[in-house]
Amino acid sequence: MKPTDIKNPEYFHKVVDCQYACPAHTPVPEYIRLIAEQKYDEAYMINWDSNVFPGVLGRTCDRPCEPACRRGRVEKEPVAICRLKRVAADNKGDVTKFMPKGPFKPNGKKVALIGAGPASLAVARDLAPLGYEIHLYDEQKLGGGFMRSQIPSFRLPESVLNEEVDYILDLGIHQHFNTYVKSLKEILDKHYDAVFVGTGAPRGRDLPDLKGRKEGAANIHIGIDWLSSVAFEHTSKIGKKVIVLGGGNTAMDCCRTSRRLGGEQVKVIVRSPFAEMKASPWEKEDAQHEDIPIIDNHVPVSFVVENGKLTGMTFQKVKAVKDDKGKRTLVPTGEPDVFIEADDVLIAVGQENSFPWIERDLLEFDKWNMPVVNDRSFVSSNKKVFFGGDAAFGPKNVITAVAHGHQAAISMHLSCIGKDIMNDRPDPMVNLHSMKMGIHEWGYDSAVVDDLRYVVPQADKKVTLTNRKKEVELGFDIATGFKEAERCLNCDIQTVFSESKCIECDACVDVCPTSCITFTSNGEETDLRERLKAPATNKTQDIYVSDILPTGRIMAKDEDVCLHCGLCAERCPTSAWDMQQFFYNVTKAGKIWQEELVIVK
Amino acid sequence: MSYIRPKFRHPGLPKNELGYTIDHYEGSLSTLCAGCGHDSISAGIVQACYELNIEPHKVAKLSGIGCSSKTPAYFLVNSHGFNSVHGRMPSVATGANLANRDLMYFGVSGDGDSASIGMGQFVHVIRRNLKMVYIVMNNGCYGLTKGQDSATADEGSKNKAGSVNHFGAIDLSSLAIELGATFVAQSFSGDKTQLVPLIKAAMKHNGFAFINVISPCVTFNNNVGSTKSYDYVREHVEATSTVDFVPEMKTITTSYEEGTVKGVKMHDGSVIQLHKLAPEWDPQDRLSAINAVQHAKAKGEILTGLLYINEESKNLHDLMGSTNIPLNTLPESVLCPGSEKLKDVNAGLR
Repeated sequence: MKPTDIKNPEYFHKVVDCQYACPAHTPVPEYIRLIAEQKYDEAYMINWDSNVFPGVLGRTCDRPCEPACRRGRVEKEPVAICRLKRVAADNKGDVTKFMPKGPFKPNGKKVALIGAGPASLAVARDLAPLGYEIHLYDEQKLGGGFMRSQIPSFRLPESVLNEEVDYILDLGIHQHFNTYVKSLKEILDKHYDAVFVGTGAPRGRDLPDLKGRKEGAANIHIGIDWLSSVAFEHTSKIGKKVIVLGGGNTAMDCCRTSRRLGGEQVKVIVRSPFAEMKASPWEKEDAQHEDIPIIDNHVPVSFVVENGKLTGMTFQKVKAVKDDKGKRTLVPTGEPDVFIEADDVLIAVGQENSFPWIERDLLEFDKWNMPVVNDRSFVSSNKKVFFGGDAAFGPKNVITAVAHGHQAAISMHLSCIGKDIMNDRPDPMVNLHSMKMGIHEWGYDSAVVDDLRYVVPQADKKVTLTNRKKEVELGFDIATGFKEAERCLNCDIQTVFSESKCIECDACVDVCPTSCITFTSNGEETDLRERLKAPATNKTQDIYVSDILPTGRIMAKDEDVCLHCGLCAERCPTSAWDMQQFFYNVTKAGKIWQEELVIVK
Repeated sequence: MSYIRPKFRHPGLPKNELGYTIDHYEGSLSTLCAGCGHDSISAGIVQACYELNIEPHKVAKLSGIGCSSKTPAYFLVNSHGFNSVHGRMPSVATGANLANRDLMYFGVSGDGDSASIGMGQFVHVIRRNLKMVYIVMNNGCYGLTKGQDSATADEGSKNKAGSVNHFGAIDLSSLAIELGATFVAQSFSGDKTQLVPLIKAAMKHNGFAFINVISPCVTFNNNVGSTKSYDYVREHVEATSTVDFVPEMKTITTSYEEGTVKGVKMHDGSVIQLHKLAPEWDPQDRLSAINAVQHAKAKGEILTGLLYINEESKNLHDLMGSTNIPLNTLPESVLCPGSEKLKDVNAGLR
């Protein structure tokens, strides 16, 4: 193998598994250390810079970071990264003093943001300090988009959402709420320099062809519309017996909301096996904790309506069968259909995009009726129109929407100052510095604790089920937050090897608790992976390879289960190993080319 | 400074025939200087015991005083141990071995502990051919008292302060062969591929197995001009052979050129496969071994590998005809036969 090029920031970035997995590349270990130090303001601001909604995400994020967490590879459970974020948000003081403050010197350009969800708000946050005149349009009376209409307040209190939305609106955004945009052409005619479409995936899928759908319509609701109607307080009750169709997170929100609006026997019914449901495991757990059975392998057959009133649904029982190619199909078991009683049915079987308001001659759409959007610059075929969030590539999640927003904001800014939106994109901000403080001392808490993941306490079910707005999760208290933060392995403190200093004493090899380091003859990667002290079978993790050493061998380190405990560097007599903190931050529009802000009209 | 090793281990660690992963043979985290050769030797012992499927409770680690003698804390945490008086480890080992011949004895000593204060003990334990592995972690200086020259420091070797040693070195390997040791090997802490099979072979030897391991002191004796530094040893090391240790019942699968391989069969059926690098040397011939060591010395080289072995060795128990049964399992009536028996013995001496 060739020596690893550690000068390429992406190499060490990949070692920080959580940050690499985060769509917005939030510097996770950095803020977790700050939480351990009780520096909540700083931890919050690191988050705010990267993901704009730390309080919201600390409660509701899909957590792509957690399955990636290294701790999950050496122990059972990853660090509770998401809920630690909430600790920062819950315990921070006044952070507005760290945020950009308007009024900003106008730069003479104006942009429109359609939809006031996370993607648009991220764009607004990044562009406002640059002096843009920003017009934000939304059909609802308040900002937040799906964060407000879809996520029930027992998971995300309104106060938390309002606070974080207001941080952005207070930057001097021109707000056009209660305004449904009927035509993109009308917007473009208002001479905006750039338009951002962040309208999400607002249409819930229906089951229009199912028998009885029309007859029972009064008691059959589309999940996301129903949730939105609850959020805006148009709906306040539901029948005692409720069926929720679907196995995603929306279904989980629907069933739990039903329990709070009078649903006593609420059942989730899914086509697929339980294990294959799309909902996050913790959301399934929370639903079951609220006495909601999840019945899997049941395919809806018909709505049963008697005397013009919905009485229930019939289902066909199926089982999952895998063919030779591993493709899964649902095959009827042959058992008789099952009837399940219901006063109301909520359909939460997916959602999709819908752009009735975009004139098709303005920009190109593909065969799935989705806009053609570049996945780096987020520009559409119309160079003034940019997309982001669910509107760009279909339903994902809040953190992905924010990441899109940052990138779209960069493109919009580049385009407004006459630069190339592909070639002039800024590099990430990267820093690497030694954490050595003394002979055997590091500037970070290098000891690895054995604690298992702490459970976030919940409020009493008796209280939460009777009050829709009472938050279920209480969050970690400060002491538990510290203990959970200590579980972080500090993967951003990198093991940096300099071959010129190595005397090949083997001390690092002997001391490494997880057998990561091997000195051996060089070879091809597949061969080398076999010959290491412990075979490196996780191909998603790189092997860090040095140049040839005086004895003709190389140093090969399997990054897979390195604990970043610093023992190799501590036992190294010549500092050939050093623990160096790697900081990687995606550059946002607000941070770039500030000196070029003066735009000639 | 870290004093606790994290508990997590590589989830894919292989297990030996006893079902143990290698960490079962580790000790607590070393407090020796970073980069100390002794730690590599400890790791070599861990590796050898793991590979030979040794049950840790069947091992006793014994040591004297010095940096080397601290190391039994850093390997085989599940074994017995005795940290004895300076230079007196052989006496303690002799006593323990006579009382319980079922255990395997690992003696760890240093150049000060063996070549100075414990020299008398060292030569007598060789003479008695006590069944044990005796490892000297030889760094040519007194590391624990800030690096004064030891009795194994080579003449002309320069210490860290720049002063040159005017005394000739005691060559422990030559001395051991001379005194009739039945297994003598020499190695380098920086070469585990050689060291580990040597330790394994030594553990299978039926008698006193001596390994002199050059183990650089990174703090006090790793300077330019020292003959026990990593760089100097790497430049001057000359191996008698490459060694493969083949436990009994295993097929031999070495692929060396014919005629250069010498297989030495041990008393329990295991085999040491030697790929000879020096054609004139025969490891079963003492004269040839002494010659090889002296020739290398004359050329300024450090000869490593298995130097001499007498696989028909008889250990102290064999020579004394002592009981096969560990004393702690004998009943009191046998251990202490009573005054009548004493009278008989006394009568026999009249």
